[in-house]
Amino acid sequence: MNYTFKHSTEIVALSIAAFLALLGAAFAQDDLFKAHMWVAFFTLLAGTVLLMRRTQIVSTKAEAESSFYMDDVIRYGAITTMFWAVVGLLVGVVVAAQLAFPDLNIEPWFNFGRLRPLHTSAVVFAFGGNALICTSFYVVQRTSRAWLFGGDLAWFVFWGYQFFIVMAATGYLLGITQSREYAEPEWYVDVWLTIVWVAYLIVFLGTIFKRKEPHIYVANWFYLSFIVTIAMLHLVNNLAMPVSLLGAKSYSAFSGVQDALTQWWYGHNAVGFFLTAGFLGMMYYFVPKQAGRPVYSYRLSIIHFWALIFLYIWAGPHHLHYTALPDWAQTLGMVFSIMLWMPSWGGMINGLMTLSGAWDKLRTDPIIRMMVISIAFYGMSTFEGPMMSIKAVNSLSHYTDWTIGHVHSGALGWVGMISFGALYYLVPKLWGRERLYSLRLINWHFWLATLGIVVYAAVMWVAGIQQGLMWREYDEQGFLVYSFAESVAVMKPYYIMRAFGGLLYLSGALIMAWNLAMTIAGRERAERPIATSMAVQPAE
Amino acid sequence: MDYHIMRQFADSWGLLAMVIFFVGAVLFTFRPGSRKLADDAARVPLKED
Repeated sequence: MNYTFKHSTEIVALSIAAFLALLGAAFAQDDLFKAHMWVAFFTLLAGTVLLMRRTQIVSTKAEAESSFYMDDVIRYGAITTMFWAVVGLLVGVVVAAQLAFPDLNIEPWFNFGRLRPLHTSAVVFAFGGNALICTSFYVVQRTSRAWLFGGDLAWFVFWGYQFFIVMAATGYLLGITQSREYAEPEWYVDVWLTIVWVAYLIVFLGTIFKRKEPHIYVANWFYLSFIVTIAMLHLVNNLAMPVSLLGAKSYSAFSGVQDALTQWWYGHNAVGFFLTAGFLGMMYYFVPKQAGRPVYSYRLSIIHFWALIFLYIWAGPHHLHYTALPDWAQTLGMVFSIMLWMPSWGGMINGLMTLSGAWDKLRTDPIIRMMVISIAFYGMSTFEGPMMSIKAVNSLSHYTDWTIGHVHSGALGWVGMISFGALYYLVPKLWGRERLYSLRLINWHFWLATLGIVVYAAVMWVAGIQQGLMWREYDEQGFLVYSFAESVAVMKPYYIMRAFGGLLYLSGALIMAWNLAMTIAGRERAERPIATSMAVQPAE
Repeated sequence: MDYHIMRQFADSWGLLAMVIFFVGAVLFTFRPGSRKLADDAARVPLKED
């Protein structure tokens, strides 16, 4: 029998990559690229050293698939999801505080301009992305009754994605950006993400191909549409020509209004397929699992899927109302956004009605409560979005904080809460624990998060409408009544309240991190159980 | 292949093909006998852990 070192290929590949990064730093054409390559070098070096310390001699005989499913990578994914949630939300509270108290801008690395994309990418791609990758691996294995395809490729996807996050985040702080919303990383980081994403697609599709279950469950349709569409969006939006192969700067293949439309075609569908389709996959698996009953209408879920796919992709132009974009394209974007009401509400009804006949669980099961509020916020924000895409409404709401409030009711309410619900479901299962450390702490998390969102969204509505009205107010002679700076000054109290709302939401997430960490450690909190049923009084 | 050719294709044959696909998908979902299959499919996640 032959023996070899475990991870030997990975160690060699990582050290070569580290050496290439070192060469990149040595021959860099600009200082930013040099600094970024040093970051890459030390990250990859740390990875190499870590792997070398963990290596051991093993026999080359193929290791038997030890458990029925490949869950190690999902366990790591659950932890990174939790970690990036806390980091992303913390940066959010910091930028909110910077808007209220400009003195908190610490130049050059920690000013608002650099921390804002760090916040959006950290919550969307780091927290949301890790949540999607780990739950999709979990769901596709269970609903296909098959081990993940590609063996260690799933580990490559996981660690490759973390490396992408580190490179994107450090790039923002250094000041490297291509200034495309939700797609700020420069060309070389984009190329890396493309490689990781293709590997992700191979793992996911391969698992579906070798499934033992004849039907492909609808959650996998949503996950697959998310992976495929994000690949397409990423490739087109990031078409660019680098100035040098050893430099950070690149120029987009598009210019003018075409560039603007490409960016918002990408930007809106990042919301549609990353933050909606992917998390709907989560909803269609974890809500039925936690409720212990099948989805309300499976056929409605199929209509939901196709309608969402066919409509969402055209809605992007509503981000460019009253710009140089041709009028017909603006109207097209608006019309498709309004039509999106149908699949969105169809999906919301489908999710909520899954609980029909089990509504008592709302009172007894805090995880179900978390999932239900996330579906409710899905309904609310997908009602608000189409309304804001109507040109007349948009003329008031555009460029104001109303938009920020809308995004956060979707992101904190829908994306955040459904992910938290999934994590609470997953962690005891993945680590084989009887139950969570504490159910009562979920209640605390639930109320802190819900109050946080309500404060945040309500404050931003008031702030946004006030901004919009101040900007459009004319006096009888046709002059603007307010200067822009005046509309900034009145925002101060709202910005302070908004930061408070964010702080509430962050404290909820910290409680979750504590609860899940204790669960992983195998502890159970001694606490009064949540009442399961009221004593029924016989009629007298 | 300039803009006009692609535009013409998009709002004629392209549009028609997508509408037919979508309507076909909806009709297929509600074809007779699909309820039983859909109910079975809905139970896939509940089969095991």
